[in-house]
Amino acid sequence: MTLVAESALEAVDGIKDGSTVLVGGFGMAGMPVALIDALIEQGATDLEVVSNNAGNGDTGLAALLAAGRVRKVVCSFPRQSDSYVFDELYRAGKIELEVVPQGNLAERMRAAGAGIGAFFCPTGVGTPLAEGKETRTIDGLDYVLELPIHGDVALIGAHAGDPLGNLVYRKTARNFGPVMATAAATTIAQVTHVVPIGELDPEAVVTPGIYVDRIVRVGQETS
Amino acid sequence: MTITVTVERTIEHLDRGPLTRDEMAQTVARDIPDGSFVNLGIGQPTQVGDHLSPASGIVLHTENGMLGMGPAAVGEQIDTDLTNAGKVPVTELPGASYFHHADSFAMMRGGHLDVCVLGAFQVSQHGDLANWHTGAPDAIPAVGGAMDLAIGAKDVFVMMSLFTKDGAPKLVTECTYPLTGLACVSRVYTELATFLVGAGGVTVIETFGTTVDELAGRLDLELKRLS
Repeated sequence: MTLVAESALEAVDGIKDGSTVLVGGFGMAGMPVALIDALIEQGATDLEVVSNNAGNGDTGLAALLAAGRVRKVVCSFPRQSDSYVFDELYRAGKIELEVVPQGNLAERMRAAGAGIGAFFCPTGVGTPLAEGKETRTIDGLDYVLELPIHGDVALIGAHAGDPLGNLVYRKTARNFGPVMATAAATTIAQVTHVVPIGELDPEAVVTPGIYVDRIVRVGQETS
Repeated sequence: MTITVTVERTIEHLDRGPLTRDEMAQTVARDIPDGSFVNLGIGQPTQVGDHLSPASGIVLHTENGMLGMGPAAVGEQIDTDLTNAGKVPVTELPGASYFHHADSFAMMRGGHLDVCVLGAFQVSQHGDLANWHTGAPDAIPAVGGAMDLAIGAKDVFVMMSLFTKDGAPKLVTECTYPLTGLACVSRVYTELATFLVGAGGVTVIETFGTTVDELAGRLDLELKRLS
């Protein structure tokens, strides 16, 4: 059963200290800012955050980092023109960083959501990011063994959802949302619109409700 | 490597060059076959898009989940849900499609993408690529999609200046910076020359404002000519 939460704070209830939190978004597109703000208020700390970037500006993920709640960031691209919050924490030795090639980040979460124990991937062969990892030559090509990334919680942004948890996204704000939704024990989606059951075209549903535990409407629009 | 060389012998253009960045982008665009699926990297490679004609049937892929990406958005076109991999607002062309990140990178690794154009710190004579990390102690490493693109696209074109600001060659015998991918680059476009790289070493396709012999001396590399 999917919970349609009354508020973002209700939606993030129960997230424990030490959790691995998958945070959707590519830059600010698809970033679940309202859920992150609620998580800051909720108070969970010592978090491991898996996200493509390590925060932009002062809002969203950057605000969670600035609040001192994050022990480790797993991401593909921390360094950006506006990632000053992360940069300062990293240079001060106050946060751990694991850099993962972007496709591996997505595929490792896909594997987690699909029950795949590990996979051999050609990305990163011969580079520092493959050091210490098992490699294998298959049909003459070299591959690196990559392990799944499971989340305790996924926080994602979507365009519309129904009370069964079915989700559709908007343009490139889709990015990591559908993959993260499958990879976490509890998936929480903030949506711009909550629509009645039956209103989403079943052919167009991107994330089926089976993956979604809680949704909450955010923003000014009425459903 | 799937793209055949379109010129039969090495051409030394002594009447023009070094190329401006825009002319480099034009040179890359000229070499992308009609109908290709293409990913343009962040920064300088993005400029290649300005020189692709709509009639070419070339479809741009952006790794944050879109095929059929249009030019940069301006004014009222700007939509924060629609950006390219550099987080710059862009537009969608008729026939565009959206997909999630795992699908987007499966397109690369699965061999569906024809060409990607990337920037680089260094490229080796064998086509090894270094473009994600200088290895400097105070640098924050950030790889993004570079490693996936490097080994995923059928052809990887690099667009870069041939020398660093300090005058050190960026086309080298072996990369000294941390690698992005092994033997993945097929062509290197610079302001002074365009090269083929790979198992056969470095072959000069054309030069701009310099000669092959002059370049061989400055690069300290064996340079072959197309014959």
